[in-house]
Amino acid sequence: MRSGAPAGVSGSADSGAAGTSAAALPASATPFLTVCGLSKRFGRTQALVDVHLEARDDELLVVLGPTGAGKTTLLRAIAGLELPEAGSVLMAGRNVTAMAPAERDVALVFQNFSLYPRWTVRRNLEFPLRAPGRRVAEAEIQRRVGWAAELLKISRLLDREASRLSGGEMQRVAIGRAIVRRPRLFLMDEPLTNLDAKLREALRVELVELRRELSTPMVFVTHDQAEALSMADRIVVLSEGRTLQTGTPREIYERPVSPVVALQLGQPAINLIRVRRVDGHWVAADGTALMPAESAGESERLLGIRPENIAVGGFETGGHGAPGPRDARVEIVEYIGPSTTLLCTWAGARIHIVVPRRCASRPGDRVIPRIDAARAVLFDVASEPTHRPSQALPRLPPSLPTLPVLPSKGDFA
Amino acid sequence: MSFLALERLHKTYGDGTHAVRGIDLSVEKGELIVLLGPSGCGKTTTLRMIAGLELATGGSIRLDGNDVTGLRPSRRDVGMVFQFYALYPHLTVRDNIAFPLRAAGVSPPEIRRRVEDVAARMDLGKLLSSYPRQLSGGDQQKVSLARAIVRRPALYLMDEPLGTLDADQRLVMRELIRAEQMASKVTTLYVTHDQEEAMSLADRIVVMDGGRIRQVGTPVEVYDRPADRFVAAFVGSPGMNFISGQVAGGPGKATFVSESGQVHIDVPLVERCGHALLGIRCEHVYEAPDGPVVGNVLTEEYLGNASHVHVQTDVGRLILRAPQGPARPRGSEMRLRLDLAQISVFDAATEKRL
Repeated sequence: MRSGAPAGVSGSADSGAAGTSAAALPASATPFLTVCGLSKRFGRTQALVDVHLEARDDELLVVLGPTGAGKTTLLRAIAGLELPEAGSVLMAGRNVTAMAPAERDVALVFQNFSLYPRWTVRRNLEFPLRAPGRRVAEAEIQRRVGWAAELLKISRLLDREASRLSGGEMQRVAIGRAIVRRPRLFLMDEPLTNLDAKLREALRVELVELRRELSTPMVFVTHDQAEALSMADRIVVLSEGRTLQTGTPREIYERPVSPVVALQLGQPAINLIRVRRVDGHWVAADGTALMPAESAGESERLLGIRPENIAVGGFETGGHGAPGPRDARVEIVEYIGPSTTLLCTWAGARIHIVVPRRCASRPGDRVIPRIDAARAVLFDVASEPTHRPSQALPRLPPSLPTLPVLPSKGDFA
Repeated sequence: MSFLALERLHKTYGDGTHAVRGIDLSVEKGELIVLLGPSGCGKTTTLRMIAGLELATGGSIRLDGNDVTGLRPSRRDVGMVFQFYALYPHLTVRDNIAFPLRAAGVSPPEIRRRVEDVAARMDLGKLLSSYPRQLSGGDQQKVSLARAIVRRPALYLMDEPLGTLDADQRLVMRELIRAEQMASKVTTLYVTHDQEEAMSLADRIVVMDGGRIRQVGTPVEVYDRPADRFVAAFVGSPGMNFISGQVAGGPGKATFVSESGQVHIDVPLVERCGHALLGIRCEHVYEAPDGPVVGNVLTEEYLGNASHVHVQTDVGRLILRAPQGPARPRGSEMRLRLDLAQISVFDAATEKRL
């Protein structure tokens, strides 16, 4: 059961590819956690608005959203650290909304490692087991600390003072402290955010495998879309206190319900271009025909196309010949190893194109982009977000003369 | 002669910590150099010595022909951008950006022209009368960048300027910095622990570890031909896969054989035989029905535009980058082929590239 269940759950959800996964819930996967119509207000700020979600018995549910989306409030309400104005929290079918945090048997791991700095790693790990009223036998405490240390590869650090650990080691100890108690549910609040990129990458996989090993559900909160996509069995996209979409990473990445959701996943962000139907094609404002259009429906749409779903052809070095109507001009080339990102001006917009591997293109080149129509998404024009990060890109500056060396010491203030 | 030259640069703190252990580096005018390494590798200390915020305990720094090793920060003509925005909270965005110009005695009309020009380029025009606390983190960092570039110093020094920003803002800022640097051609040293940032920004990358330089090279060189095992593992997301084995044969025609015997690869131009590590990037490992390496799927990291599939094989755990496609169930069997043209071989003892 333990090894079979997770693969079965994610597999069936994936192949089902239904819009919201809650509907496609297999009978065996009863939700361990149910959050129902949760609302919370702080003064005049509405932090959560009628939030619904479910975390199944054995799944890693990621809550993804930008700063201020209400992620932490949601997690704290599940933990019992915030009392909601409306709605309920159910665990294993039992309403825990009014229960104290300690009664809920959940473990919370924060972004800041929150260890006792002067204590040894061992003492930090023992702490939750020695809490008043818990009465765990000494031999059992030692067994569990040894087990957690082994799992997290921190056995050799047990007698070291917490303040002398690196950031990655501290976060391992913090996770260890959460698992020694064998809680029924893990709640993680951006636990990898303060770590180096390299460490984050390694811990991401470790955490997924650890959770599977423990077979305990986890709600993991993050603003990092790469973390969400790579770790989640399912993702809940949260924005301004509301759930916008719930589904497997593939469902949300490939079939986002709105441009706001689409922009939250993928790096660089999805390209959004306003189009009109003209002679069987979707055509951009400047007249560039982007792809074939179906014959019925709205005549104006917002076309979303991910950077990796645009192919480029016809490289030509800058300045040769007159630009054709469908050419794009390459502004910036970013090589990142397995792929290359081109920032181009095309069809009256700034668009990102990701091409596999190395690409000989240089700034100033003209290329001919081709949209993979099967992977394009069409949104309602009314859903166009007012602020888009990719529009705020710089114009290349004119050259300015250099100023003399500063005589004063205002430089670094 | 190079524009910026570090020679045998050392920094030892009072408590005996060796932060930087002898660094040699030449930077040409107009280059964008990224110092890349894990925390504690000495990259920030190196940057701070160039800025004059730390004094070197050995070696020298030459900037544009002058020895600046002992000079005060204000005498070095550098513009610094920190990880934390370091703005004056009581000054508006306009006054924050104008500050270095006022200090340099630039005329008010010229200040106005420059501030507005920089603000327009960085999409800060509407925020000029706001105060820092009214801005988002991303906008505060833009102001901090605007303040560094408005004066056009001889050298930009940037210490993890994107470190505290959300992912989407990071990308916007990265492109902003690249565009600005390309246009202004101001020599730039940029510190980060994020290898993707380094790859995408740098003309050349300096990989550091333990206070020393491991490798200096273009992103392509560092990525394709890492000088040692550390660089191979640190650069790339994920780092290289390693397979342990033996190299046998003579110079010009040697063979690498993995410990388990599954992988036989002819490796040219190896000077030494013996225990070795084969390194291969995840995008050079393919699923192939007749592949020689057999394993089972452990975990799939879905990335949207691709997936990293972790496979437990006879030669150890390997990660491959698979194109967009359906999920690979855990436990399922996979046969893999390695692209033999894309391998690196390292000496197992010295960990240096062979």
